[in-house]
Amino acid sequence: MKPAFSIILFTTVAGAAQGLACVLAVASLAGFAPQQASSIAMMLWVATAMLLVSLVASFFHLGHPMRAWRAALMWRTSWMSREVIVLPAFIAITAGWAVAASLGVLDAGWAQLLPWAAIVGALLLWLCTGMIYACLRFVQEWAHPLTVINYVMLGLSSGLVTATALGALAGETAFASHAGAGAIIITALAWFTRGLSLRRNARLRPKSTTQSATGIQAARVVQKSMGMTGGSFNTREFFHGASQRVYRNAKRIFLMLAFAVPLSILAVGFLTGAPAAGLLAFPLQLLGLVAERWFFFAQARHPQNIYYQMVS
Amino acid sequence: MSQAEVQETLAKQLALVIDLNVCVGCHACVTSCKEWNTSGAAGPLADLNAYDEQPTGTFFNRVQTFEADSFPNTQTIHFPKSCLHCEDPPCVPVCPTGASYKRKSDGIVLVDYDKCIGCKYCSWACPYGAREFDEERKVMTKCTLCVDRIYDESLAPHDRKPACVKACPTGARLFGDVKDPDSDVSKAIRERGGYQLMPEWETQPSNHYLPRKITTSACGRSQDEFRLGDFLRTKSVPSATAEEGTR
Repeated sequence: MKPAFSIILFTTVAGAAQGLACVLAVASLAGFAPQQASSIAMMLWVATAMLLVSLVASFFHLGHPMRAWRAALMWRTSWMSREVIVLPAFIAITAGWAVAASLGVLDAGWAQLLPWAAIVGALLLWLCTGMIYACLRFVQEWAHPLTVINYVMLGLSSGLVTATALGALAGETAFASHAGAGAIIITALAWFTRGLSLRRNARLRPKSTTQSATGIQAARVVQKSMGMTGGSFNTREFFHGASQRVYRNAKRIFLMLAFAVPLSILAVGFLTGAPAAGLLAFPLQLLGLVAERWFFFAQARHPQNIYYQMVS
Repeated sequence: MSQAEVQETLAKQLALVIDLNVCVGCHACVTSCKEWNTSGAAGPLADLNAYDEQPTGTFFNRVQTFEADSFPNTQTIHFPKSCLHCEDPPCVPVCPTGASYKRKSDGIVLVDYDKCIGCKYCSWACPYGAREFDEERKVMTKCTLCVDRIYDESLAPHDRKPACVKACPTGARLFGDVKDPDSDVSKAIRERGGYQLMPEWETQPSNHYLPRKITTSACGRSQDEFRLGDFLRTKSVPSATAEEGTR
Protein backbone atom coordinates (compact mmCIF):
# COMPACT_ATOMS: atom_id res chain seq x y z
CA MET A 1 0.00 0.00 0.00
CA LYS A 2 1.07 3.56 -0.61
CA PRO A 3 1.78 5.27 2.73
CA ALA A 4 -0.27 8.49 2.85
CA PHE A 5 1.52 11.17 4.84
CA SER A 6 -1.77 12.64 6.12
CA ILE A 7 -2.72 9.29 7.69
CA ILE A 8 0.79 8.72 9.07
CA LEU A 9 0.71 12.12 10.79
CA PHE A 10 -2.86 11.62 11.98
CA THR A 11 -2.33 8.21 13.56
CA THR A 12 1.09 8.91 15.14
CA VAL A 13 0.19 12.31 16.65
CA ALA A 14 -3.30 11.26 17.75
CA GLY A 15 -1.87 8.03 19.19
CA ALA A 16 0.61 9.95 21.34
CA ALA A 17 -2.15 12.34 22.49
CA GLN A 18 -4.38 9.39 23.40
CA GLY A 19 -1.51 7.84 25.31
CA LEU A 20 -0.80 11.11 27.11
CA ALA A 21 -4.45 11.45 28.15
CA CYS A 22 -4.43 7.84 29.38
CA VAL A 23 -1.25 8.41 31.42
CA LEU A 24 -2.78 11.50 33.06
CA ALA A 25 -6.00 9.61 33.73
CA VAL A 26 -4.27 6.61 35.29
CA ALA A 27 -1.97 8.93 37.26
CA SER A 28 -4.96 10.89 38.59
CA LEU A 29 -6.80 7.72 39.58
CA ALA A 30 -3.71 6.11 41.14
CA GLY A 31 -2.75 9.25 43.03
CA PHE A 32 0.54 10.25 41.39
CA ALA A 33 -0.79 13.02 39.16
CA PRO A 34 1.35 16.14 38.71
CA GLN A 35 1.36 18.20 41.93
CA GLN A 36 0.33 21.47 40.32
CA ALA A 37 -3.12 21.71 38.74
CA SER A 38 -1.49 24.04 36.20
CA SER A 39 0.85 21.22 35.10
CA ILE A 40 -2.13 18.89 34.54
CA ALA A 41 -3.86 21.65 32.58
CA MET A 42 -0.76 22.31 30.46
CA MET A 43 -0.40 18.62 29.57
CA LEU A 44 -4.09 18.28 28.74
CA TRP A 45 -3.93 21.36 26.52
CA VAL A 46 -0.91 19.85 24.76
CA ALA A 47 -2.91 16.64 24.23
CA THR A 48 -5.85 18.66 22.88
CA ALA A 49 -3.59 20.59 20.52
CA MET A 50 -2.01 17.36 19.25
CA LEU A 51 -5.48 15.91 18.64
CA LEU A 52 -6.50 19.03 16.71
CA VAL A 53 -3.34 18.80 14.59
CA SER A 54 -4.14 15.17 13.83
CA LEU A 55 -7.75 16.06 13.00
CA VAL A 56 -6.55 18.68 10.50
CA ALA A 57 -4.07 16.16 9.05
CA SER A 58 -6.86 13.63 8.51
CA PHE A 59 -8.78 16.13 6.39
CA PHE A 60 -5.88 16.27 3.93
CA HIS A 61 -6.62 12.65 3.04
CA LEU A 62 -10.09 13.52 1.72
CA GLY A 63 -11.02 14.47 -1.83
CA HIS A 64 -13.99 16.48 -0.53
CA PRO A 65 -13.20 17.72 3.02
CA MET A 66 -16.35 19.88 3.11
CA ARG A 67 -18.46 16.72 3.00
CA ALA A 68 -16.60 15.12 5.90
CA TRP A 69 -19.66 15.39 8.18
CA ARG A 70 -21.32 12.70 6.11
CA ALA A 71 -18.71 10.23 7.34
CA ALA A 72 -20.50 9.95 10.70
CA LEU A 73 -23.55 8.31 9.11
CA MET A 74 -22.56 4.68 8.54
CA TRP A 75 -21.40 3.82 12.07
CA ARG A 76 -23.41 0.58 11.98
CA THR A 77 -21.11 -1.00 9.40
CA SER A 78 -17.98 1.13 8.96
CA TRP A 79 -15.06 1.36 11.38
CA MET A 80 -14.00 4.57 9.68
CA SER A 81 -17.40 6.07 10.42
CA ARG A 82 -17.06 4.98 14.06
CA GLU A 83 -13.63 6.64 14.19
CA VAL A 84 -15.14 9.84 12.78
CA ILE A 85 -17.60 9.86 15.71
CA VAL A 86 -15.16 8.84 18.45
CA LEU A 87 -12.36 11.27 17.47
CA PRO A 88 -14.32 14.53 18.05
CA ALA A 89 -15.92 12.99 21.16
CA PHE A 90 -12.46 12.21 22.53
CA ILE A 91 -11.22 15.71 21.64
CA ALA A 92 -14.22 17.12 23.54
CA ILE A 93 -13.44 14.96 26.59
CA THR A 94 -9.76 15.97 26.59
CA ALA A 95 -10.54 19.65 26.01
CA GLY A 96 -13.28 19.57 28.68
CA TRP A 97 -10.84 18.00 31.13
CA ALA A 98 -8.25 20.66 30.19
CA VAL A 99 -10.81 23.40 30.88
CA ALA A 100 -11.71 21.82 34.26
CA ALA A 101 -8.00 21.61 35.16
CA SER A 102 -7.45 25.24 34.10
CA LEU A 103 -10.41 26.39 36.20
CA GLY A 104 -9.14 24.34 39.14
CA VAL A 105 -12.39 22.38 39.55
CA LEU A 106 -10.87 18.89 39.23
CA ASP A 107 -12.13 17.95 42.71
CA ALA A 108 -15.77 18.48 41.75
CA GLY A 109 -17.85 15.28 41.61
CA TRP A 110 -18.42 15.36 37.86
CA ALA A 111 -14.77 16.13 37.19
CA GLN A 112 -13.84 12.84 38.89
CA LEU A 113 -15.45 11.07 35.94
CA LEU A 114 -13.22 12.81 33.36
CA PRO A 115 -10.21 10.45 33.73
CA TRP A 116 -12.49 7.44 33.23
CA ALA A 117 -14.08 9.07 30.19
CA ALA A 118 -10.63 9.83 28.77
CA ILE A 119 -9.49 6.20 29.20
CA VAL A 120 -12.65 4.82 27.57
CA GLY A 121 -12.45 7.40 24.75
CA ALA A 122 -8.78 6.70 24.03
CA LEU A 123 -9.29 2.92 24.00
CA LEU A 124 -12.31 3.22 21.71
CA LEU A 125 -10.39 5.47 19.32
CA TRP A 126 -7.50 2.99 19.16
CA LEU A 127 -9.97 0.19 18.54
CA CYS A 128 -11.61 2.12 15.66
CA THR A 129 -8.28 3.13 14.10
CA GLY A 130 -6.85 -0.37 14.36
CA MET A 131 -10.02 -2.05 13.09
CA ILE A 132 -10.06 0.17 9.97
CA TYR A 133 -7.04 -1.87 8.88
CA ALA A 134 -7.68 -5.15 10.69
CA CYS A 135 -11.18 -5.59 9.20
CA LEU A 136 -9.86 -5.77 5.62
CA ARG A 137 -9.65 -9.56 5.51
CA PHE A 138 -7.71 -9.81 2.27
CA VAL A 139 -4.93 -7.43 3.35
CA GLN A 140 -3.37 -10.30 5.26
CA GLU A 141 -0.60 -8.24 6.92
CA TRP A 142 -3.30 -6.15 8.63
CA ALA A 143 -6.10 -8.66 9.20
CA HIS A 144 -5.08 -9.72 12.70
CA PRO A 145 -5.78 -8.59 16.32
CA LEU A 146 -2.08 -7.61 16.57
CA THR A 147 -2.88 -4.60 14.39
CA VAL A 148 -5.22 -3.19 17.05
CA ILE A 149 -2.88 -4.25 19.88
CA ASN A 150 0.02 -2.43 18.24
CA TYR A 151 -1.98 0.78 17.76
CA VAL A 152 -2.74 0.67 21.49
CA MET A 153 0.80 -0.26 22.57
CA LEU A 154 2.57 2.26 20.33
CA GLY A 155 0.12 4.98 21.38
CA LEU A 156 0.64 4.19 25.07
CA SER A 157 4.41 4.05 24.64
CA SER A 158 4.61 7.42 22.85
CA GLY A 159 2.09 8.88 25.33
CA LEU A 160 4.29 7.82 28.26
CA VAL A 161 7.40 9.27 26.61
CA THR A 162 5.48 12.51 25.95
CA ALA A 163 4.31 12.59 29.59
CA THR A 164 7.91 12.06 30.78
CA ALA A 165 9.12 14.94 28.61
CA LEU A 166 6.27 17.28 29.63
CA GLY A 167 6.66 16.32 33.31
CA ALA A 168 10.35 17.20 33.13
CA LEU A 169 9.52 20.50 31.41
CA ALA A 170 6.95 21.38 34.09
CA GLY A 171 9.33 20.48 36.89
CA GLU A 172 7.06 17.63 38.06
CA THR A 173 9.96 15.32 38.87
CA ALA A 174 7.95 12.67 40.71
CA PHE A 175 5.35 12.41 37.94
CA ALA A 176 8.05 12.37 35.26
CA SER A 177 9.94 9.59 37.06
CA HIS A 178 6.79 7.48 37.31
CA ALA A 179 5.95 8.13 33.65
CA GLY A 180 9.55 7.39 32.65
CA ALA A 181 9.46 4.02 34.43
CA GLY A 182 6.12 3.23 32.77
CA ALA A 183 7.53 4.29 29.41
CA ILE A 184 10.41 1.83 29.76
CA ILE A 185 8.05 -1.08 30.53
CA ILE A 186 5.43 -0.25 27.89
CA THR A 187 7.96 0.58 25.16
CA ALA A 188 9.63 -2.79 25.75
CA LEU A 189 6.22 -4.50 25.56
CA ALA A 190 5.34 -2.55 22.39
CA TRP A 191 8.67 -3.63 20.86
CA PHE A 192 7.68 -7.21 21.63
CA THR A 193 4.12 -6.98 20.19
CA ARG A 194 5.30 -5.12 17.07
CA GLY A 195 7.98 -7.76 16.73
CA LEU A 196 5.27 -10.43 16.83
CA SER A 197 3.44 -8.81 13.93
CA LEU A 198 6.71 -8.46 11.96
CA ARG A 199 7.36 -12.14 12.55
CA ARG A 200 3.84 -13.06 11.51
CA ASN A 201 4.04 -10.94 8.35
CA ALA A 202 7.39 -12.45 7.38
CA ARG A 203 5.78 -15.91 7.47
CA LEU A 204 2.57 -15.01 5.64
CA ARG A 205 1.79 -16.75 2.40
CA PRO A 206 -0.51 -14.74 0.13
CA LYS A 207 -3.85 -16.51 -0.25
CA SER A 208 -4.45 -15.02 -3.70
CA THR A 209 -2.33 -16.04 -6.66
CA THR A 210 -2.30 -15.10 -10.33
CA GLN A 211 -4.19 -18.38 -10.83
CA SER A 212 -6.97 -17.55 -8.35
CA ALA A 213 -7.13 -13.95 -9.59
CA THR A 214 -7.68 -14.98 -13.20
CA GLY A 215 -9.10 -18.48 -12.77
CA ILE A 216 -6.61 -19.76 -15.36
CA GLN A 217 -5.64 -23.27 -14.30
CA ALA A 218 -2.00 -23.70 -15.25
CA ALA A 219 1.20 -24.17 -13.29
CA ARG A 220 2.62 -20.99 -14.79
CA VAL A 221 0.45 -17.90 -15.30
CA VAL A 222 2.20 -14.55 -15.78
CA GLN A 223 0.90 -11.17 -16.76
CA LYS A 224 2.11 -9.80 -20.07
CA SER A 225 0.17 -6.53 -20.01
CA MET A 226 -1.85 -4.69 -17.37
CA GLY A 227 -3.79 -2.95 -20.12
CA MET A 228 -2.24 0.51 -19.97
CA THR A 229 1.21 2.08 -20.10
CA GLY A 230 0.95 5.34 -18.14
CA GLY A 231 -0.23 3.91 -14.82
CA SER A 232 -3.54 4.39 -13.06
CA PHE A 233 -5.02 4.82 -9.61
CA ASN A 234 -4.38 1.11 -9.15
CA THR A 235 -0.65 1.46 -9.76
CA ARG A 236 -0.34 4.58 -7.58
CA GLU A 237 -2.45 3.75 -4.51
CA PHE A 238 -1.46 0.16 -3.84
CA PHE A 239 2.33 0.11 -4.37
CA HIS A 240 4.69 1.92 -1.98
CA GLY A 241 6.98 2.77 -4.90
CA ALA A 242 10.15 2.91 -2.78
CA SER A 243 13.30 0.94 -3.50
CA GLN A 244 14.10 -2.23 -1.54
CA ARG A 245 16.90 -0.28 0.16
CA VAL A 246 14.54 2.40 1.45
CA TYR A 247 12.05 -0.28 2.49
CA ARG A 248 14.62 -2.25 4.49
CA ASN A 249 16.07 0.91 6.03
CA ALA A 250 12.62 2.13 7.09
CA LYS A 251 12.24 -1.07 9.11
CA ARG A 252 15.71 -0.70 10.68
CA ILE A 253 15.09 2.98 11.45
CA PHE A 254 11.75 2.36 13.12
CA LEU A 255 13.06 -0.53 15.22
CA MET A 256 15.92 1.72 16.38
CA LEU A 257 14.13 5.04 16.84
CA ALA A 258 10.73 3.87 18.06
CA PHE A 259 12.05 1.28 20.50
CA ALA A 260 15.80 0.77 21.04
CA VAL A 261 16.91 4.42 21.21
CA PRO A 262 14.12 5.80 23.48
CA LEU A 263 14.44 2.74 25.72
CA SER A 264 18.18 3.31 26.16
CA ILE A 265 17.77 7.05 26.75
CA LEU A 266 14.96 6.52 29.27
CA ALA A 267 16.90 3.75 31.03
CA VAL A 268 19.90 6.06 31.44
CA GLY A 269 17.55 8.80 32.66
CA PHE A 270 15.91 6.40 35.12
CA LEU A 271 19.21 5.12 36.53
CA THR A 272 20.66 8.62 36.89
CA GLY A 273 17.40 10.06 38.25
CA ALA A 274 17.10 12.46 35.31
CA PRO A 275 13.61 12.19 33.77
CA ALA A 276 14.58 15.11 31.51
CA ALA A 277 15.92 12.30 29.29
CA GLY A 278 12.32 12.18 28.07
CA LEU A 279 12.92 15.46 26.27
CA LEU A 280 15.52 13.76 24.11
CA ALA A 281 13.57 10.51 23.71
CA PHE A 282 10.33 12.23 22.62
CA PRO A 283 11.36 13.73 19.22
CA LEU A 284 13.47 10.69 18.32
CA GLN A 285 10.61 8.29 19.06
CA LEU A 286 8.15 10.42 17.10
CA LEU A 287 10.44 10.12 14.06
CA GLY A 288 10.65 6.39 14.67
CA LEU A 289 6.86 6.09 14.82
CA VAL A 290 6.51 7.97 11.53
CA ALA A 291 8.87 5.40 9.99
CA GLU A 292 6.90 2.61 11.71
CA ARG A 293 3.63 3.82 10.25
CA TRP A 294 5.23 4.21 6.79
CA PHE A 295 6.43 0.62 7.01
CA PHE A 296 3.02 -0.56 8.26
CA PHE A 297 1.50 0.64 4.97
CA ALA A 298 4.41 -0.33 2.72
CA GLN A 299 4.50 -3.88 4.05
CA ALA A 300 0.82 -4.53 3.26
CA ARG A 301 0.52 -6.35 -0.06
CA HIS A 302 -2.92 -5.76 -1.56
CA PRO A 303 -4.25 -8.65 -3.67
CA GLN A 304 -5.26 -6.19 -6.43
CA ASN A 305 -1.52 -5.81 -7.17
CA ILE A 306 -1.64 -9.23 -8.85
CA TYR A 307 -3.52 -7.53 -11.70
CA TYR A 308 -0.91 -4.77 -12.07
CA GLN A 309 2.42 -6.50 -12.56
CA MET A 310 3.50 -5.75 -16.11
CA VAL A 311 3.48 -2.74 -18.42
CA SER A 312 3.75 -3.56 -22.11
CA MET B 1 -20.58 -8.42 11.63
CA SER B 2 -20.12 -5.54 9.24
CA GLN B 3 -21.41 -7.71 6.43
CA ALA B 4 -24.76 -8.40 8.10
CA GLU B 5 -26.81 -5.87 6.14
CA VAL B 6 -25.95 -7.13 2.70
CA GLN B 7 -26.19 -10.85 3.37
CA GLU B 8 -29.75 -11.19 2.11
CA THR B 9 -30.05 -12.74 -1.31
CA LEU B 10 -31.45 -10.52 -4.02
CA ALA B 11 -34.06 -11.81 -6.46
CA LYS B 12 -32.33 -10.17 -9.40
CA GLN B 13 -28.61 -9.71 -10.04
CA LEU B 14 -27.43 -8.16 -13.27
CA ALA B 15 -23.91 -9.16 -14.28
CA LEU B 16 -21.50 -9.77 -17.11
CA VAL B 17 -20.23 -13.15 -18.23
CA ILE B 18 -16.94 -12.95 -20.10
CA ASP B 19 -15.93 -15.64 -22.55
CA LEU B 20 -12.15 -16.03 -22.46
CA ASN B 21 -12.34 -18.30 -25.52
CA VAL B 22 -13.27 -15.50 -27.86
CA CYS B 23 -11.83 -12.33 -26.31
CA VAL B 24 -9.16 -11.17 -28.75
CA GLY B 25 -7.83 -8.35 -26.60
CA CYS B 26 -8.90 -5.53 -28.94
CA HIS B 27 -9.82 -3.10 -26.13
CA ALA B 28 -13.05 -2.06 -27.90
CA CYS B 29 -14.90 -2.61 -24.61
CA VAL B 30 -12.38 -0.35 -22.84
CA THR B 31 -12.80 2.55 -25.24
CA SER B 32 -16.55 2.22 -25.59
CA CYS B 33 -16.89 2.11 -21.80
CA LYS B 34 -14.75 5.23 -21.51
CA GLU B 35 -16.70 6.97 -24.28
CA TRP B 36 -20.10 6.20 -22.79
CA ASN B 37 -19.22 6.99 -19.21
CA THR B 38 -17.25 10.16 -19.93
CA SER B 39 -20.30 11.54 -21.77
CA GLY B 40 -22.87 10.92 -19.05
CA ALA B 41 -24.65 13.18 -16.58
CA ALA B 42 -22.06 12.34 -13.88
CA GLY B 43 -19.44 14.36 -15.73
CA PRO B 44 -16.32 13.43 -17.67
CA LEU B 45 -13.84 10.81 -16.49
CA ALA B 46 -10.44 12.36 -15.81
CA ASP B 47 -7.74 12.25 -18.48
CA LEU B 48 -4.47 13.62 -17.14
CA ASN B 49 -1.43 14.25 -19.37
CA ALA B 50 -3.46 12.78 -22.21
CA TYR B 51 -0.83 13.73 -24.80
CA ASP B 52 2.26 13.63 -22.61
CA GLU B 53 4.65 10.96 -21.43
CA GLN B 54 2.59 9.45 -18.63
CA PRO B 55 -1.02 9.57 -19.77
CA THR B 56 -3.36 8.44 -17.01
CA GLY B 57 -7.05 8.60 -16.42
CA THR B 58 -10.14 6.98 -15.03
CA PHE B 59 -11.35 3.80 -16.67
CA PHE B 60 -14.05 1.44 -15.44
CA ASN B 61 -12.87 -1.45 -17.56
CA ARG B 62 -9.45 -2.77 -18.55
CA VAL B 63 -8.28 -5.58 -20.80
CA GLN B 64 -5.20 -7.31 -19.50
CA THR B 65 -3.11 -10.06 -21.05
CA PHE B 66 -1.79 -13.15 -19.35
CA GLU B 67 0.36 -16.01 -20.56
CA ALA B 68 -0.30 -19.49 -19.25
CA ASP B 69 1.88 -22.60 -19.28
CA SER B 70 5.27 -23.00 -20.91
CA PHE B 71 6.58 -23.26 -24.46
CA PRO B 72 5.50 -24.93 -26.70
CA ASN B 73 2.12 -25.10 -24.98
CA THR B 74 1.82 -21.41 -24.08
CA GLN B 75 -1.60 -19.85 -24.18
CA THR B 76 -2.16 -16.10 -24.48
CA ILE B 77 -5.27 -15.08 -22.63
CA HIS B 78 -6.84 -11.66 -22.91
CA PHE B 79 -8.62 -10.88 -19.71
CA PRO B 80 -11.14 -8.03 -19.40
CA LYS B 81 -11.63 -6.80 -15.82
CA SER B 82 -14.22 -4.45 -14.40
CA CYS B 83 -16.28 -4.30 -11.21
CA LEU B 84 -17.65 -7.78 -10.51
CA HIS B 85 -20.76 -6.49 -8.66
CA CYS B 86 -20.20 -8.94 -5.79
CA GLU B 87 -23.20 -10.37 -4.00
CA ASP B 88 -21.35 -9.68 -0.74
CA PRO B 89 -19.38 -6.57 -1.77
CA PRO B 90 -16.67 -5.81 0.84
CA CYS B 91 -16.41 -2.23 -0.50
CA VAL B 92 -19.96 -1.30 0.57
CA PRO B 93 -20.08 -1.74 4.38
CA VAL B 94 -16.74 0.08 4.88
CA CYS B 95 -17.97 3.30 3.25
CA PRO B 96 -18.33 5.86 6.06
CA THR B 97 -20.91 8.01 4.25
CA GLY B 98 -23.16 5.45 2.57
CA ALA B 99 -22.08 6.75 -0.85
CA SER B 100 -21.22 3.17 -1.86
CA TYR B 101 -24.25 0.97 -2.06
CA LYS B 102 -25.66 -2.15 -3.68
CA ARG B 103 -29.02 -1.70 -5.36
CA LYS B 104 -31.69 -4.01 -3.99
CA SER B 105 -33.62 -3.95 -7.28
CA ASP B 106 -30.90 -5.36 -9.55
CA GLY B 107 -27.75 -5.89 -7.47
CA ILE B 108 -25.63 -3.23 -9.20
CA VAL B 109 -22.94 -1.77 -6.91
CA LEU B 110 -22.89 2.01 -7.33
CA VAL B 111 -21.27 5.15 -5.89
CA ASP B 112 -23.35 8.24 -5.18
CA TYR B 113 -20.79 10.81 -6.36
CA ASP B 114 -22.52 13.61 -4.43
CA LYS B 115 -22.07 11.79 -1.10
CA CYS B 116 -18.52 10.49 -1.69
CA ILE B 117 -15.90 12.30 0.41
CA GLY B 118 -13.02 10.74 -1.53
CA CYS B 119 -11.40 8.88 1.38
CA LYS B 120 -10.53 5.94 -0.92
CA TYR B 121 -11.26 3.40 1.82
CA CYS B 122 -13.65 1.43 -0.42
CA SER B 123 -10.86 0.92 -2.95
CA TRP B 124 -8.70 -0.60 -0.20
CA ALA B 125 -11.60 -2.92 0.60
CA CYS B 126 -11.88 -4.29 -2.96
CA PRO B 127 -9.51 -7.22 -3.57
CA TYR B 128 -9.95 -6.86 -7.34
CA GLY B 129 -8.86 -3.24 -7.77
CA ALA B 130 -12.17 -2.53 -9.49
CA ARG B 131 -12.54 1.02 -8.19
CA GLU B 132 -10.61 3.99 -9.53
CA PHE B 133 -10.38 7.36 -7.80
CA ASP B 134 -11.07 10.18 -10.26
CA GLU B 135 -8.25 12.69 -9.80
CA GLU B 136 -10.29 15.57 -11.22
CA ARG B 137 -13.67 15.04 -9.57
CA LYS B 138 -12.00 13.78 -6.36
CA VAL B 139 -14.54 11.00 -5.90
CA MET B 140 -14.38 7.23 -6.21
CA THR B 141 -15.70 5.87 -9.49
CA LYS B 142 -16.47 2.41 -10.83
CA CYS B 143 -18.35 0.37 -13.41
CA THR B 144 -22.08 1.10 -13.22
CA LEU B 145 -23.06 -1.69 -15.64
CA CYS B 146 -24.16 1.35 -17.71
CA VAL B 147 -27.10 1.89 -15.39
CA ASP B 148 -27.92 5.03 -17.42
CA ARG B 149 -28.26 2.93 -20.55
CA ILE B 150 -29.76 -0.44 -19.71
CA TYR B 151 -33.06 1.06 -18.51
CA ASP B 152 -33.25 3.84 -21.13
CA GLU B 153 -36.58 3.33 -22.87
CA SER B 154 -35.65 5.76 -25.62
CA LEU B 155 -33.17 3.12 -26.81
CA ALA B 156 -34.28 0.12 -28.85
CA PRO B 157 -34.65 -2.92 -26.54
CA HIS B 158 -31.62 -4.69 -28.06
CA ASP B 159 -29.48 -1.60 -27.33
CA ARG B 160 -30.33 -1.60 -23.61
CA LYS B 161 -27.06 -3.28 -22.75
CA PRO B 162 -23.79 -1.99 -21.30
CA ALA B 163 -21.62 -0.14 -23.81
CA CYS B 164 -18.85 -2.74 -23.50
CA VAL B 165 -21.24 -5.55 -24.43
CA LYS B 166 -22.50 -3.67 -27.47
CA ALA B 167 -18.96 -2.87 -28.63
CA CYS B 168 -17.43 -6.35 -28.38
CA PRO B 169 -16.79 -7.54 -31.96
CA THR B 170 -16.54 -11.21 -31.00
CA GLY B 171 -19.47 -11.43 -28.59
CA ALA B 172 -17.19 -12.25 -25.67
CA ARG B 173 -19.35 -10.32 -23.23
CA LEU B 174 -22.78 -11.57 -22.18
CA PHE B 175 -25.10 -9.47 -20.03
CA GLY B 176 -28.09 -10.55 -18.01
CA ASP B 177 -29.64 -11.66 -14.74
CA VAL B 178 -27.55 -14.40 -13.14
CA LYS B 179 -30.40 -15.15 -10.69
CA ASP B 180 -32.77 -16.08 -13.54
CA PRO B 181 -31.96 -19.75 -14.33
CA ASP B 182 -33.30 -19.37 -17.87
CA SER B 183 -31.22 -16.33 -18.83
CA ASP B 184 -28.41 -16.62 -21.37
CA VAL B 185 -25.83 -15.76 -18.73
CA SER B 186 -27.09 -18.42 -16.30
CA LYS B 187 -27.09 -21.05 -19.05
CA ALA B 188 -23.57 -20.07 -20.12
CA ILE B 189 -22.31 -20.29 -16.53
CA ARG B 190 -24.02 -23.65 -16.01
CA GLU B 191 -23.12 -25.31 -19.28
CA ARG B 192 -19.62 -23.95 -19.81
CA GLY B 193 -18.18 -24.00 -16.32
CA GLY B 194 -18.40 -20.28 -15.56
CA TYR B 195 -16.30 -19.33 -12.56
CA GLN B 196 -15.69 -16.42 -10.18
CA LEU B 197 -12.42 -14.56 -9.47
CA MET B 198 -10.58 -14.96 -6.14
CA PRO B 199 -13.17 -17.32 -4.59
CA GLU B 200 -10.92 -17.48 -1.49
CA TRP B 201 -12.31 -14.16 -0.20
CA GLU B 202 -15.97 -15.23 -0.38
CA THR B 203 -17.15 -12.02 -2.00
CA GLN B 204 -19.38 -13.99 -4.39
CA PRO B 205 -18.70 -11.95 -7.53
CA SER B 206 -21.71 -11.78 -9.85
CA ASN B 207 -19.60 -11.45 -12.98
CA HIS B 208 -18.39 -14.82 -14.17
CA TYR B 209 -15.70 -15.93 -16.60
CA LEU B 210 -16.01 -18.79 -19.07
CA PRO B 211 -12.77 -20.79 -19.05
CA ARG B 212 -10.50 -21.14 -22.05
CA LYS B 213 -11.09 -24.49 -23.77
CA ILE B 214 -7.94 -25.78 -25.44
CA THR B 215 -8.95 -26.87 -28.92
CA THR B 216 -7.48 -30.04 -30.35
CA SER B 217 -5.66 -30.13 -33.66
CA ALA B 218 -7.75 -30.71 -36.78
CA CYS B 219 -5.77 -33.89 -37.49
CA GLY B 220 -6.47 -35.24 -34.04
CA ARG B 221 -2.84 -35.08 -32.85
CA SER B 222 -1.25 -32.80 -30.33
CA GLN B 223 1.29 -30.28 -31.61
CA ASP B 224 4.47 -32.03 -30.53
CA GLU B 225 3.56 -35.17 -32.51
CA PHE B 226 2.78 -33.26 -35.67
CA ARG B 227 4.73 -34.25 -38.78
CA LEU B 228 4.14 -32.55 -42.11
CA GLY B 229 4.60 -35.77 -44.08
CA ASP B 230 1.93 -37.57 -42.04
CA PHE B 231 -0.40 -34.64 -42.47
CA LEU B 232 0.06 -34.48 -46.26
CA ARG B 233 -0.54 -38.21 -46.59
CA THR B 234 -4.03 -37.75 -45.17
CA LYS B 235 -4.86 -35.27 -47.94
CA SER B 236 -5.88 -36.27 -51.42
CA VAL B 237 -3.05 -35.23 -53.75
CA PRO B 238 -4.13 -33.55 -57.01
CA SER B 239 -2.92 -35.47 -60.05
CA ALA B 240 0.12 -34.20 -61.87
CA THR B 241 -1.83 -33.65 -65.08
CA ALA B 242 -4.46 -31.54 -63.31
CA GLU B 243 -1.65 -29.48 -61.82
CA GLU B 244 -0.14 -29.02 -65.24
CA GLY B 245 -3.50 -28.02 -66.60
CA THR B 246 -4.00 -25.19 -64.15
CA ARG B 247 -0.71 -23.57 -65.09
